[in-house]
Amino acid sequence: MSNITSIEPSGPKPRPWLSWELVIVYGFLIVTSLYFLFPLYIVVITSLKNLDQIRDGNIFFPGANPTFHAWYRAWFEVCTGLDCRGIHPNFLNSVIITVPSVLVSISVAITTGYALNNWPFRFSESFFTVLIIGSFVPYQVMLYPMVLLTKNMGIYSTLSAVIFVHTVFGLPILTLLFRNYFASLPVELFKAARVDGAGFWRILLQVFLPMSLPILAVAMILQVTGIWNDFLFGVVFAGPNNYPMTVKLNNIFTSTMGVKEYNVEMAATLLTGAVPLALYFFSGKYFVRGIAAGAVKG
Amino acid sequence: MAQAQTSRPVHSVSIRGLAQSYGAVQVLKQLDLDIPDGEFLVLLGPSGCGKSTLLNCIAGLLEPTHGQVFIKGKNVTWEEPKDRGIGMVFQSYALYPQMTVERNLSFGLRVAGMAKEEIDKRVKRASEILQIGPLLDRKPMQLSGGQRQRVAIGRALVRDVDVFLFDEPLSNLDAKLRAELRVEIKRLHQRLGNTMIYVTHDQIEAMTLADRIAVMKGGSIQQLDSPMTIYNKPKNRYVAGFIGSPGMNFLKSEIEGAGAKAILKFGSGKISLKDYAPVAPLMPKQVAFGVRPEHIRINAGAEAGLSDSFDAVVDIVEPMGSDSLVWLNVANQTMSARVESSEQYKPGEKVKIRFRVGLASLFDEATGDRL
Repeated sequence: MSNITSIEPSGPKPRPWLSWELVIVYGFLIVTSLYFLFPLYIVVITSLKNLDQIRDGNIFFPGANPTFHAWYRAWFEVCTGLDCRGIHPNFLNSVIITVPSVLVSISVAITTGYALNNWPFRFSESFFTVLIIGSFVPYQVMLYPMVLLTKNMGIYSTLSAVIFVHTVFGLPILTLLFRNYFASLPVELFKAARVDGAGFWRILLQVFLPMSLPILAVAMILQVTGIWNDFLFGVVFAGPNNYPMTVKLNNIFTSTMGVKEYNVEMAATLLTGAVPLALYFFSGKYFVRGIAAGAVKG
Repeated sequence: MAQAQTSRPVHSVSIRGLAQSYGAVQVLKQLDLDIPDGEFLVLLGPSGCGKSTLLNCIAGLLEPTHGQVFIKGKNVTWEEPKDRGIGMVFQSYALYPQMTVERNLSFGLRVAGMAKEEIDKRVKRASEILQIGPLLDRKPMQLSGGQRQRVAIGRALVRDVDVFLFDEPLSNLDAKLRAELRVEIKRLHQRLGNTMIYVTHDQIEAMTLADRIAVMKGGSIQQLDSPMTIYNKPKNRYVAGFIGSPGMNFLKSEIEGAGAKAILKFGSGKISLKDYAPVAPLMPKQVAFGVRPEHIRINAGAEAGLSDSFDAVVDIVEPMGSDSLVWLNVANQTMSARVESSEQYKPGEKVKIRFRVGLASLFDEATGDRL
């Protein structure tokens, strides 16, 4: 085989199958994966144990005869204070908050973004600048004014207040998102539709909306995860009878009487995280874009 | 506003004092333009000359800062695009990506609430004219560039408009397709006889398609004439340089004597101007002698219509197949000459050249206007 060394270079340049770059890249990826997967593993196996197994067994190993009893207790029976209905009423609260907030904020934002981009009016540029500033203002600054506002509207301490606040606070970033998306579409498409005689709503609904599915998915994910995971607005605006799931979960952790039921707490955690988790599994590509878009918010 | 509308001859499209400005930037400067019924008018100019702005103002997609737009004698300055009787074809095709070709064609008609049978009839007719029948069920994504632009033309066709507006429709296509579609657009115009206004920066499109060309620069029309007049008798140096490939040769020279006794002094030689038809009697001044490459003869004998001969040195020869371009050095100025491909020259060769003075142009060196 000595003649092989005398071959002229031809075709792809041979590369070693293992190089330092690959070792570093894969090493980093494996370590970070473990960093996130290991706690998840502990939570899952703990939620499937009974209390004796938790007390006597090793935290790192799954117990024999895994059981969903803790999950049942978390959903239907776990108590905070005198309320022993589990977290399922709060799951419903979260759904009631999330669905209208997401739908209304996206509908309004898509219309506003489209109007700002395609139907410029006097001061529309200044209006847009104010919106951008709005999307960078920390929520805490506006918390107290919002409490006063919702009190005056007579909806404080109700689910409507939470829906209202989420809708309003979602608008700046969503409008920015949609406006920039529409700005990236060819302007000739809008002109062609106008020559064809389509007006404001018809162009939005029949020409632009069908082209906006990717950005709609991004907006949907951004809003669903953001609102579902929200704690601050839930605890401030909902009132004790209407807490969303996240607030309830916190209360389960903090108000223990008697034995601490780690398995139930872990099960409640998983149930609370189930919705964003499912969303992630069903829309991985868009989920990443949604996170990236949300990163602007800081 | 004072003149009565009836006193004006009814043109297909008329522009009166149209101006458009963005802040301090004037994109269109007080334009007046009349386009007779059935004319193919090409707006020609480099990017930024205002030709697309003018087209958008006619379409109603832009509100002019001043002035009026008339279509079929009706003042449409404040009308919506759909009420102007215009159809528009865009450079990027602008087809609705989620609709089939059939839905794309019928969109405007459905918006107008037309009856289904009438829509089908019109779509069928347009797809026959443009030969896109087999594509009706496809989405724009599945079409080639040429097919997409045909559909875009069809979208204007089905609406049965008075005026077709084209905004650089062929600029996104490759050279071969561009030539094919150019012929098809010309055929379409011959068949339909509609008024068509066509914006381009491509002088070949302008020359081949237009009944009249409006050469634009800096928001105003430099010259509005038939293609041959623009080519042979450009009004100023800008128009002369913009049309023709390679461009017209300009030689710095000087007029001596006035009127019929005028003589062009060029380098050490003189050119008789008896064959030249001036706009006004010639006066002694600095001028640019403009002569197109095909109006220069190399090593030709004396004959009627040709000037005296001048010494020149061949610099570069570019064979084009049908003919050849010879780049020459004449009295320290560069010129190009178009010759039969059978004539062979070598770089460095010393030659004699003669000009066809009757087909040349003289421009005032200071103002650039034709003399």
